[in-house]
Amino acid sequence: MPSPSPMSPARRRFLTDTARMAGGCAVAGLGLAYLTTDARALPAEALRPPGALPESEFLAACIRCGLCVRDCPYDTLKLAELGFDGPATGTPFFTAREIACEMCEDIPCVAACPTGALDKSLTNIDDAKMGTTVLVDQENCLNFLGLRCDVCYRVCPVIDEAITLEVRHNDRSGHHAIFAPTLFADRCTGCGICEKSCVLPEAAIKVLPIRLARATSAEHYRKGWEERAEKGGPVLEGIIDLPDRLPGPGTDNLVAPGGYEPAFKFPGASQ
Amino acid sequence: MSAKTKFPVGVEAIAAKGWLSAHKWLIARRLSQTLFLAIFLVGPWFGWRIVDGTLAGSRTLNILPLTDPFVALQGIVAGHWPELTALIGALIVLAAYALIGGRMYCSWVCPINPVTDTAHWLHEKLDIPKGWQPKRHTRLWLLAMVLIVSALTGTIAWEVVNPITILHRGLVFGMGAAWGVVIAVFLFDLVVARRGWCGHLCPVGAFYGLVRAKPLLRVSAPNRAACDDCMDCFAVCPENHVITPALRGKGNDTPLILARDCTNCGRCIDVCSVDVFTFTHRFNDRLSVSNSDAANKAA
Ligand code: SF4
Ligand code: SF4
Ligand code: SF4
Ligand code: SF4
Ligand code: SF4
Repeated sequence: MPSPSPMSPARRRFLTDTARMAGGCAVAGLGLAYLTTDARALPAEALRPPGALPESEFLAACIRCGLCVRDCPYDTLKLAELGFDGPATGTPFFTAREIACEMCEDIPCVAACPTGALDKSLTNIDDAKMGTTVLVDQENCLNFLGLRCDVCYRVCPVIDEAITLEVRHNDRSGHHAIFAPTLFADRCTGCGICEKSCVLPEAAIKVLPIRLARATSAEHYRKGWEERAEKGGPVLEGIIDLPDRLPGPGTDNLVAPGGYEPAFKFPGASQ
Repeated sequence: MSAKTKFPVGVEAIAAKGWLSAHKWLIARRLSQTLFLAIFLVGPWFGWRIVDGTLAGSRTLNILPLTDPFVALQGIVAGHWPELTALIGALIVLAAYALIGGRMYCSWVCPINPVTDTAHWLHEKLDIPKGWQPKRHTRLWLLAMVLIVSALTGTIAWEVVNPITILHRGLVFGMGAAWGVVIAVFLFDLVVARRGWCGHLCPVGAFYGLVRAKPLLRVSAPNRAACDDCMDCFAVCPENHVITPALRGKGNDTPLILARDCTNCGRCIDVCSVDVFTFTHRFNDRLSVSNSDAANKAA
């Protein structure tokens, strides 16, 4: 057996070369990784096309081919231009206030996508979740001021489901009504037509990405009234419902004028 | 390179064959590059939708899907298994390049090639020192790096910086700051590293270099006995290490250029005043008559 000899020059050169390459690539790789994570910060006003996978999966799926953009008949979608648009360069997005999504029934953008970055399991455009609309500024919304603008409500493709007008008393004038635009995130597709149509110079109603627009309920919260309805009785056996002694009308205090009968009665409750 | 000091590269070929035939493959390549760009551009410009999309993924005549296999591969390692359309597209492209030689993408399709070719042309004109010359296999390291970063970040990582698709997409869909990337590549090749980008670093080129089962189309040097050592082919070839085994082969060594780095650009054919090189298929490893005589004599 030859005794372990000092490294041959060739072997030494090979090892230094390899180490140098690996080091250089590690540095370059860190830079690249930084750029990709930077590109993940999707600005709030940029909405992804219908059926887009969640952003983290989208960036693994979208090859930035632009076929969705080409097939959108309303020129809603654009590919992000390097340095000018916020989303990761070359990925498709739209800005509701510029051109909203017209919610095509055949969803051509999804049909065009070769990779599945726009998920083909979206077959009914009413199920799209491009974002969720939020009435961001009640103080400037004309309906909240007591006027009958109603534009966002009228233009909504899912009228009376995604937006309703809730009638309430106008305390300011004392004898008028306020038709408050009220939003239901479950039904809103995030098409942006309401935001696009808001008559104010800066829209009072805006479509935001769901991560910004919506809270999440804590996992351990249970809605007693839902569970009660499901079970048809109190959730806990033998619970005694004490009468609520709330003042004034509009409560279940039957003694007060305007008091009402509760919808659900506990068996054995005295009232 | 004694002869090179005598004449600038290509002068003898022009004198011997005329300008046109000393540039025919170069012209063919520029036409091909223009064509590959034009078929994408006539859609947005004139509404003739022949090919929609970009080099990363496209649809021809509303039916044929094509996908860049390297982009698809990054998507897969990033954790997204693409739909059938993109997969079929990638397989078609892979099969086509496996047949003709992957790096034909570089010299006949890639829109960055004219940029780096121009940088090289200017580099020669201005006689700039060659600068940083990393090893040729650096690009393979970068290729591995790109795949690792894609896997770790869960994104198609190279598309964030890839000058090829940034330029191509820019031309088809809107440039934004894409010129900046193109100028950066140009300046890199001009002043930092001669033939630095395509010759040493580009991981896309490296990927296509690996796509070559048994490429049918090859450049051969059947007439190598006629070589007068002018060295012009070495001067024009973007990957000149591929020439030596074929040109300097002895006896019955194959005259075919089989190295994966050859881009089938045909510049060596153009620039040779004594027509040593020619395009042929990979099974034709015959030497021309004068050559085999020489070989026989030597044997
Ligand atoms: S649903 Fe129609 S309007 Fe909306 S993005 Fe898709 S193609 Fe465009
Ligand atoms: S069609 Fe699909 S892969 Fe192509 S840009 Fe649109 S979302 Fe991305
Ligand atoms: S974004 Fe606005 S218009 Fe579109 S569905 Fe939602 S509420 Fe209606
Ligand atoms: S090496 Fe890269 S940039 Fe150069 S021609 Fe090939 S693919 Fe294009
Ligand atoms: S050997 Fe000839 S065809 Fe191949 S890359 Fe070099 S110049 Fe081009």
